[in-house]
Amino acid sequence: MKSVAGIRHLDHPYRTLTDGSVMHELSIATHLVAVATEALENAGETQPVTVVRIRVGALAGVVIEALEFAWDIATDCTRCAGARLEVERVPAAVRCAACHTETTVDGPLPFICAQCGQPAIDIVAGRELDLIALEVHDGPGPSAEECHATAHP
Amino acid sequence: MPPRILEVRTKILKKNDEIARALRARFAEHGLFVINVVSSPGAGKTELLAQLMTMLREQGLRPAAVVGDLATENDALRLSASGCPAKQILTGSMCHLEADMVETALDGFDLDDFDILFIENVGNLVCPQSFDLGEDLRVLLFPCTEGEDKPLKYPTLINTCDLVLFAKMDIAEAVGFDTELARRNCAQARPGVAIIETSARAGVGIDALARTIVEKQKIKRREATNLV
Repeated sequence: MKSVAGIRHLDHPYRTLTDGSVMHELSIATHLVAVATEALENAGETQPVTVVRIRVGALAGVVIEALEFAWDIATDCTRCAGARLEVERVPAAVRCAACHTETTVDGPLPFICAQCGQPAIDIVAGRELDLIALEVHDGPGPSAEECHATAHP
Repeated sequence: MPPRILEVRTKILKKNDEIARALRARFAEHGLFVINVVSSPGAGKTELLAQLMTMLREQGLRPAAVVGDLATENDALRLSASGCPAKQILTGSMCHLEADMVETALDGFDLDDFDILFIENVGNLVCPQSFDLGEDLRVLLFPCTEGEDKPLKYPTLINTCDLVLFAKMDIAEAVGFDTELARRNCAQARPGVAIIETSARAGVGIDALARTIVEKQKIKRREATNLV
């Protein structure tokens, strides 16, 4: 995925896409690379990242497959290049205002209390979109220059 | 050698959330009530907003708008016809607005000149959901032409909305729109959500919408005063 045409990496790489078919998962992937890079810098971590672990709720409005597709593009020539994206899916859950029962929802709908059958408004889980952890490996990894040489021969 | 695990636990959209939080504080400081308007493309956001802004201006309020589109300044021009300031945000190929784009668009606006700011998002029923723009109210425009089950097909965006507007209701009968079924479907995706039936062309429901916005703006002002 490193030779995708029409994509250049500026501060906001997704804004330079020219094919007009940008999905917001690419935007989210780019934000993810930014928070991961910041975390690495804060920890003084210089080794390459091998795994990026995230948590995505059923109500986060994110298509995991689209995010995985965008991941290779967003990580190209970054500290996360080549890292595997591990996604933990979190189902939606609602709490009933009447009986306080928590119901886990199968899919994004419906918000109905399993105990008393009433509509439940209070969403207690499902909106997660979090970076959980990074795995780094000791050993040599590709530098940014090498990466660019591969991407744009 | 075993890998090292670096625990992070942070929101992926942290940067957007931070900018949105700063915007929200800035809006509050200037007493500005901000509404993020979302819908599919062609739902009629611009026409409805142009009429709403005209009405609010006639009532002595000072609305303004920023509007996001991939290309053209057409919508900003249409909104300007209301006599209120409107600025276009060109997103290029982006399918939604992010907080930094709103922040940039506000350059050159003196926020003390306005009471109400509308942010007309890019027409899209999925992507704007995750991106907080610092708004006080998120409004979904749902035209009757899209069919009663739209809220069930796209439940995640409506689930973040505070108010739903049924739109283009002047042709509801012609397109066989079942209003009660649509209301039930909205309630499934967002239990308890308020709904107002509107038609920009027939001038229906704009006054009810204006009243709702003014009421919510007053509540916000009262809360802000009580905090001080």
